[in-house]
Amino acid sequence: MLHTFGLLLGCQLLGEITARGFGFSIPGPVLGLSLLVLLLGAVPTLAGRLRPTTEVILTNLSFLFVPAGVGVIGNLAVLSQDGIALLVVLVLSTVLSMLASVATFIGVRYITERRTA
Amino acid sequence: MTDIASLWSYLATSPLIWLTTTILAYLVADSAAKRLGKPPWANPVLMSVLLIAPVLWFTRTDYTTYFEGAQFIHFLLGPATVALALPLWDNRETIRSSVAPILMALVVGSIVAAGSAILLARAFGLPMEVLLSLAPKSTTAPVALGISEGIGGLPALTAVLVILTGVIGAVTVTPLMNMLRITDWRARGFAVGVAAHGIGTARAFQVNPVAGAYAGIAMALNALLTSLIVPLLVRWLI
Repeated sequence: MLHTFGLLLGCQLLGEITARGFGFSIPGPVLGLSLLVLLLGAVPTLAGRLRPTTEVILTNLSFLFVPAGVGVIGNLAVLSQDGIALLVVLVLSTVLSMLASVATFIGVRYITERRTA
Repeated sequence: MTDIASLWSYLATSPLIWLTTTILAYLVADSAAKRLGKPPWANPVLMSVLLIAPVLWFTRTDYTTYFEGAQFIHFLLGPATVALALPLWDNRETIRSSVAPILMALVVGSIVAAGSAILLARAFGLPMEVLLSLAPKSTTAPVALGISEGIGGLPALTAVLVILTGVIGAVTVTPLMNMLRITDWRARGFAVGVAAHGIGTARAFQVNPVAGAYAGIAMALNALLTSLIVPLLVRWLI
């Protein structure tokens, strides 16, 4: 478990250093994720050793968003008089985005699979 | 024995009590969700927040004090994002065979997420700074805040809109996909990852590991793409 945490934090740290050092707009953890994929490619046996801990983290991923969620309650005032309109926009836009992306995914998959079949 | 007031004044400012409160609230929310069969509306993030908010209100605790304890949990979002490398690695074969759907769905989903937010906000006559704060709402918080600041939005408002978007995506994805009879976990996961970042990804992991892996990819790729796309869309659509 400690090994896994050390490696995850190490990847994140290198990601942060790269992102900030080069002034990228990509967050450090996302670069750290890419770095860990490269590491797994180089050392495939690593996956088995990391998995027990990463599975615990990812099955409880919702938990990690609770502090930020509580922050929203304290900040609801920023929505002010536009609150209802904003909520409607958020719901519509989120649903539209999911529809567009799921339709594209399935459509493109259908075309490419038919071509290779 | 110390009196209750001085005990409370000690506890209220120590990280321990708010860390414990957050864990307890989540355990209650999560076990309730499990007992109910993880229905989409019983979102554990939302339920935990609804449990914690009244406690803070009753004890007159401000968010800064709460966050001194809760920051230890919040901090773990970083290593958790890195940990998404594992499901990505585990699914590398299917990912390799679906590169085209992934990239196309990413571009289309990302453009619709930001573009529809801008156009709908305009249609509703929302003020310009609100509109600009709304545009990057579908990407992960640190990226969204950076974009919002860059294009002249209000980062504090963006922070709220990002979290709300995540919860909305997590709550609506299952009924929406079931209604459309979409059975491909890759497509379902990918869609919620593009539209609703990490909170959507957390929901996907709750439902299916393949959906979780694809949501994670979508979230990570969308963090890259949104920072390129939003400034362009703002220029074209406003």
